[in-house]
Amino acid sequence: MSNTKLVREALEALLIPILAVITALIIGGFIIVVTDPNVYSAFREGGIVAGFSAVAGGVWIAYSSMFMGSLGSLRNMSESLVESTPYIFAGLAVAVGFRGGLFNIGVEGQLLVGAMASVYVATNFSLPWIIHMPLCIIVGMLAGGLWAAIAGYLKAETGAHEVITTIMMNYIVYLFFDWSINGFLCREGCASPVSGLVPESAFLPQINDFLVQSTAYRIHAGFIIALLVATFIWWILFKTTIGFEIRTVGANPNAARYGGINTTKVTVMTMAISGGLAGLAGAAQLLGVNRVLASGFSAGYGFDAIALALLGRSHPLGVVLAAILFGTLRSGATSMQLSAEIPTDIIAVIQALVIVFIAAPAIIRRIYRLKPKADDEGAPVVRGWGA
Amino acid sequence: MSSMTATISATLKEERSMKMGIFFLFLAVAIVFFFIFNSNVTSDMTTTFGLNRGKAAIELPPLELPTQMTLWAVAILIGFIGGWQLSKGFKNVNGMLLAACLLFVFAFLTWAARGKSMNMVGMLYESLTRATPIAFGALSGILCERAGVVNIAIEGMMLSGAMVSVVVASILRNHDAVHPETGEMLYPAWLSSIGSTLEMMNISDALPWHLMIGLLGGIFIGGLLAAFHAWLSIEYKVDQIISGTVINIFSLGMTSFLSQRFLQPLQALNSSGTFKPMPIPGLSNIPIIGPLLFERPFLVYVLFALVIGIHVMLFYTRWGLRTIAVGEHPKAADTLGINVFRMRYINVIVGGMVAGLGGAYFTLGSVGRFDENLTAGKGFIGLAAMIFGKWTALGAFGASLIFGFADALQQKLQIFSSQVPIPSEFLLMGPYIITIIILAGVIGRAIPPAADGIPYEKE
Repeated sequence: MSNTKLVREALEALLIPILAVITALIIGGFIIVVTDPNVYSAFREGGIVAGFSAVAGGVWIAYSSMFMGSLGSLRNMSESLVESTPYIFAGLAVAVGFRGGLFNIGVEGQLLVGAMASVYVATNFSLPWIIHMPLCIIVGMLAGGLWAAIAGYLKAETGAHEVITTIMMNYIVYLFFDWSINGFLCREGCASPVSGLVPESAFLPQINDFLVQSTAYRIHAGFIIALLVATFIWWILFKTTIGFEIRTVGANPNAARYGGINTTKVTVMTMAISGGLAGLAGAAQLLGVNRVLASGFSAGYGFDAIALALLGRSHPLGVVLAAILFGTLRSGATSMQLSAEIPTDIIAVIQALVIVFIAAPAIIRRIYRLKPKADDEGAPVVRGWGA
Repeated sequence: MSSMTATISATLKEERSMKMGIFFLFLAVAIVFFFIFNSNVTSDMTTTFGLNRGKAAIELPPLELPTQMTLWAVAILIGFIGGWQLSKGFKNVNGMLLAACLLFVFAFLTWAARGKSMNMVGMLYESLTRATPIAFGALSGILCERAGVVNIAIEGMMLSGAMVSVVVASILRNHDAVHPETGEMLYPAWLSSIGSTLEMMNISDALPWHLMIGLLGGIFIGGLLAAFHAWLSIEYKVDQIISGTVINIFSLGMTSFLSQRFLQPLQALNSSGTFKPMPIPGLSNIPIIGPLLFERPFLVYVLFALVIGIHVMLFYTRWGLRTIAVGEHPKAADTLGINVFRMRYINVIVGGMVAGLGGAYFTLGSVGRFDENLTAGKGFIGLAAMIFGKWTALGAFGASLIFGFADALQQKLQIFSSQVPIPSEFLLMGPYIITIIILAGVIGRAIPPAADGIPYEKE
């Protein structure tokens, strides 16, 4: 294959996701404007010209503050990458599930399980850094993986659909979290529901840790680990037997069964890997950024991850790129809320729209009058209740 | 081949039958061990169950039971069921399972309220109250899935329905509200005049017009989102679970966004009042049943009507049989001249309307205001109720009652927290754990409509 052809194919593969994001941002801007009372009063009092300038102003303020907040300075860029880190792990978690034909909506809960296990090990043991830090990460990963494996087992053995079981398990985790953060995870004295501080021996190092008196650059080693893990997952999925089995079960479970693959084992394994990645997200966020566990720890990474996996077409490289994009959006949304008073929830709306356009590329093709394509399988197929 | 399959299924059945027997015995032992030996129950303790709710025309005396004796009696009864199951086997194992579980719950309540009094009718009343939104969700699911479209967007449709209905009703109710800062009228004159006209036209206190129109708002948004779901999954053949997830994420984001932007600064947009109970004359005086079923607000009666209506419509009318055909074998239905796409569109949209109505129950039916993520997973529990009820309206309603009961139970137990050493968080997990157990098929594997979730492609 010649080089130019490769480049053209890559561009074509990127076209739909890029257009999907742009279209979603345009609609998001429309929603921001339509719900802005100032726009209406401008139309009423100043006429059409003032109205439209208020419209343009509203969108401009929203998106420019989002842009400046995420990429406007070295510090903000670092923050964007900090936000991207849990997204990479969580997006990979959902992506691995998709590859194996499983829709893991429980990433949010598994992430919290990972963080809880990790903070337990971090605060209850004192070990040298070289052992303590990796131990906390591994325990977080294992806890997330085991918790998710339950859903995988239930799916494989009894047919209980993972979408419902993982959502139910999320609620169970939230309640368990509420209980434990007021109980055995709570710090000494337990004046408020906050865990003990993670000791330095369990830190994932931030750039800050090496600078004197600076809190500006919170980007931490977790980002590097995330990139390594993404490479590792790519290797597992596309270069190993287990990856082949996962993908085969995902593509056609019956064929996989007839081909001699133990689908039960593979389903449990897929879910365990997925949950392990989610647990890693929690552990890395805990040890690298928060360094303390309190309520509101996760803030929806697990749900955003669904959009990420779809946007990245369940491919590790795609997920990493999508995660960096979403991390940037999210860190921008925070400053958008601060300076333009637009609730960050607008990001959820934009994400939902992105998923729609990725899952139904025909809509994008119709809007932009692109040529229809035969092999337009953007979204993975999740099996119904029975299988 | 078939005889082999028959043998295998017979062995499986025997295995399950034995497991059930052991489970019953385990329940009996648990009662003896945890409730009788391992607690401070003494022989002179009594448990009192109240049988009236508020003021009743015919007051029933409370039921007073000697705690220890009752526990022993229940334990022996369940033990007997278990022994019978192991030695002879019941024909209707599921019925016995239900009976054993009910007996166990009864024993648990007797133990939890030992030496005290618990209002039984009050708790059952609360169970139905909490079951209502779950049942709406389950009915919505049945309408969609019987036609072959999986709808996990019920949660999102309910959330949107909850918000839109409360906003519509609040605008009409608070039609003369002023802006808290500027002091200007909040709504244009025509809207205010509609509101005040409606207020004058009110016939009864239980059915004010602004709430009725609020309901329509909820129904409308539910139908609209469902139409979007149907469009994505029928027109574009998007995976139905993904399309449903989109609606859930969108609804959560949009309602939270709008709530922060408008409902929090302007309380006049978010205080609709609620439907008052509408006792049905005569029927509401019957002891126990009267207060349970016939002293309800309007929406619960709507639910009763829907449960019966959907059951009859689904199994005894042309529309229902066509729906089932489309959900089981769309190709055959198509060959017979049924328009598969049209049936699916209609069913999904009607299902969405029911979900929107259920959403309205969260606001207009209970608290009269909207808060972020108000539904808190009830839509998903509704789906579990639908599966538990095997895609029938009556079954799903029964399943919803179980969930509602579990929910009411954990709330009631918090009152007895000194006697029940379980943290409230764990009690709150109850409904979610039950959902998982039910899905995992303790009650036997549920079989969905054959074409559920599969896009239909016309050749």
